[in-house]
Amino acid sequence: MEDGRPCTLLDKLWDAHLVSPETEDTPGVLYIDLHLIHEVTSPQAFAELRRRGLPVRRPERTFATMDHAIPTRLGRDGRRALPVGPAADQVGALGNNCKEFGITLFAMGDARQGIVHVIGPELGLTRPGLTLVCGDSHTSTHGAMGALAFGVGTSEVGHVLATQCLLQRRPKTFSAEFEGTLPEGVTAKDLILALIARIGTGGATAHALEYRGSAIRALSMEERMTVCNMSIEAGARAGLVGPDDTTYDYLSGREFAPQGEEWDRALERWRGLPTDDGAAFDRTERIDAAALEPMITWGTSPGMGIPIRSAVPVPGDSGQEKALAYMGLTAGKPLLGQKIDVVFIGSCTNSRLSDLREAARVLQGRKVAKGVQTLVVPGSERVKKQAEAEGLDRVFREAGAEWREAGCSMCLAMNDDRLKPGQYAVSTSNRNFEGRQGKGGRTFLASPLTAAASAVSGTVADARELLS
Amino acid sequence: MKPVREIRSRTTVLPNENVDTDQIIPARFLVTTSSEGMGDGLFADWRYDADGQPRPDFVLNQTSAKGARVLVVGRNFGCGSSREHAVWALTGGGFQALVSTAFADIFRANALKNGLVPVVVDEATHASLVESPGIEVEINVEAGTIAFGDHRASFPLESFSRFCLLNGLDELAFLVDREKDIAAFEELSGPAPWRL
Repeated sequence: MEDGRPCTLLDKLWDAHLVSPETEDTPGVLYIDLHLIHEVTSPQAFAELRRRGLPVRRPERTFATMDHAIPTRLGRDGRRALPVGPAADQVGALGNNCKEFGITLFAMGDARQGIVHVIGPELGLTRPGLTLVCGDSHTSTHGAMGALAFGVGTSEVGHVLATQCLLQRRPKTFSAEFEGTLPEGVTAKDLILALIARIGTGGATAHALEYRGSAIRALSMEERMTVCNMSIEAGARAGLVGPDDTTYDYLSGREFAPQGEEWDRALERWRGLPTDDGAAFDRTERIDAAALEPMITWGTSPGMGIPIRSAVPVPGDSGQEKALAYMGLTAGKPLLGQKIDVVFIGSCTNSRLSDLREAARVLQGRKVAKGVQTLVVPGSERVKKQAEAEGLDRVFREAGAEWREAGCSMCLAMNDDRLKPGQYAVSTSNRNFEGRQGKGGRTFLASPLTAAASAVSGTVADARELLS
Repeated sequence: MKPVREIRSRTTVLPNENVDTDQIIPARFLVTTSSEGMGDGLFADWRYDADGQPRPDFVLNQTSAKGARVLVVGRNFGCGSSREHAVWALTGGGFQALVSTAFADIFRANALKNGLVPVVVDEATHASLVESPGIEVEINVEAGTIAFGDHRASFPLESFSRFCLLNGLDELAFLVDREKDIAAFEELSGPAPWRL
């Protein structure tokens, strides 16, 4: 509440980080509390700092990891395979840059290594009230903790390294309200795919999405991360969930989380963060969570999602026609039963422990269909260890799936995990763009439950039939 | 960054909506530590077939596209990944301006930082450009106008971006000059990274 005016979470986060406010002539200078970097979008930023003779202003506020380009398989010696060629150069450059500029790096082999959007919250680096950026569009994930988190390009990675600030204009606010209880077999992934299908991939452009309502409050932190992760697929600048006890319970005791009196003081501040009653949003969309069904995409944009038992729609425009042709599907036919070649369970959207548990719930005591390659790629070393402690790796292996090392893997095909031309995959990742998972590959985006059920059936399948 | 004041060029038209940055430059071209040479990867999977041969039906492979520095694109161009490599690929491919009815946010911000002018026009102006591929256009950054044939339209460009483009200045220099303000802000808010 400012001057008696009810404020949104975004307003509070924004105002608390303004070094100088925006004017008609210039954007605001926004202070960035936490900066995460990885091997792919940072080398050119460090090069720019060197070119200008600039130091990293606050090296203790930047953390680095390796995730995008690294292999996730084991080498012939039974140890994690190392990157080769240009990927090795990228990983090497990140190591050198972190060393030279005094930045903490969770390198391959470190117990804290993992996908940048998995390890931030997991280590307690991501907290309510922070501003956080990373040279990666899925930085919106961290908004699940009640932080203002957004993806930036490499130039802006350089800006933050050099000045800990960015020039920004305040986004508009968008309230996405989900009331009701998600039915059995309908997950956070389905919830966000349903929203994107409704508002479109440009539907939230220039807005920060705040997810609200009883269905959001009922989600675990990891589920909220899945939702916020895909905010960018609706074009949003950021995704947010107001912090609550679920947030604090998750964060408490994590390695970088405040402790003792520091925690108590922080908690008091965080409790003031959620959007005030009566605060106005620029736009509102209401969705009945109880009416949602498992979702799957049929096309080449995350907005092309349908309930899993629906038919592939008749194209309404040239974009949909092109998508249908690329996907090699027939309009009017259901996706259910469509033969698949690969199942990918992983990515910053769905590679956390709870995602793996969901997949294991389906795969337990079942076998992956013959000829279907199934990759299970944990989001971090820590997730991998926890999953192994629970025996999930055994469930996956016994089902005939591959249990991999932590990384981005087949989500974006920067390493050697790639679809072959023409292959169909059910993937728990976030993008079904043409060639995203490998040149000529065709992706159906879905939840870990749907992915696991499809692996068993060898076709696109409805997990609810296996769970009942 | 070189100053950008005026761009006169024929257009090339790629009207598809929601062109994502994975199409502009596929991820395999991102395995590099440089921003140079990205033009080779520009629309690689649309430009070349499985054998690496140019697809004659793709617009950028046609002789009419040679030398064009203005690309007319569809709504929500540049959605998806934040990779600035997409902008480097377009500038590496010789483009100086893009014209659409809407750009994705991160892409637009990246474009402005590299002197690639994102021109947002109304539907009618866009439709006439799409219908007249190869038409000569004149984009005036200072006036914020695009003109072709007997048509002239203005486009929004906030004054700061305009100033940077016209003077070839970048935001980093501006931010570095704000050091005093930044230090004062840090002083006021204390050392703890949990600000709120």
